[in-house]
Amino acid sequence: MPLTDELRDDILASVPSLRAFAISLSGNGDRADDLVQETLLRALANIDSFQPGSNLPAWLFTILRNLFRSDYRKRRREVEDADGSYAKTLKTQPAQGAHLEFEEFRAALEKLPQDQREALILVGASGFSYEDAAAICGCAVGTIKSRVNRARSKLSALLYVDGAEDFGPDETVRAVIGGSGG
Amino acid sequence: MKDPKSKNATPGKQGGLNAEIQSRIGHQLRAMYDDVVRQGVPDRFAELIRKLDASDASPQMGAAGEKNDGRD
Repeated sequence: MPLTDELRDDILASVPSLRAFAISLSGNGDRADDLVQETLLRALANIDSFQPGSNLPAWLFTILRNLFRSDYRKRRREVEDADGSYAKTLKTQPAQGAHLEFEEFRAALEKLPQDQREALILVGASGFSYEDAAAICGCAVGTIKSRVNRARSKLSALLYVDGAEDFGPDETVRAVIGGSGG
Repeated sequence: MKDPKSKNATPGKQGGLNAEIQSRIGHQLRAMYDDVVRQGVPDRFAELIRKLDASDASPQMGAAGEKNDGRD
């Protein structure tokens, strides 16, 4: 479809989550913004192939993900984020205690295999359905589910090796559960 | 990596993973993600789209696209 004002606004409105996805994938803020830029260029150049009424964020995420994939193959390992440049991209630094936890989480996330990380982010953070995530990644729904499950297992092994005793099944956790609408 | 059998996708029991850990992971993941989302749209992207938009469709005059045939 042609680029209407509305569509353009919708694309712009997707930018914040595209950036979050890109940063989660690449672990690097500068590179993430380049990815987003490239995604927008592609999207606008191919806007005619967008089906009106279909899921615009999913379409954009697919473009970004594919760009990241092809780019990733080229660069492979040069993107380690040893100096925590990811955290530097954040305007609001978490408070002290939370900061450490946050860093640990980020580091653990980067240890996940690519497939699992993107599946977990799409479903667990971007809020896509398993079906949308499967479409974005070009795989079966069951595959996404199993990747998400494996990602969660691995994260919990990396972060909470000692089990759940560290934090009781009460206050904080309850609050979190209450706030997560699946 | 072994190819996953799709039937394994939804294990009835999360082997050793309890609900507390799961929700904690979910919470941290969203916190990290939302931190970026809250930054909004950096100028660079808003500008980029504006420029592309302008070069793509002709500049924003006469948004309704009416032709006036030079009748005045």
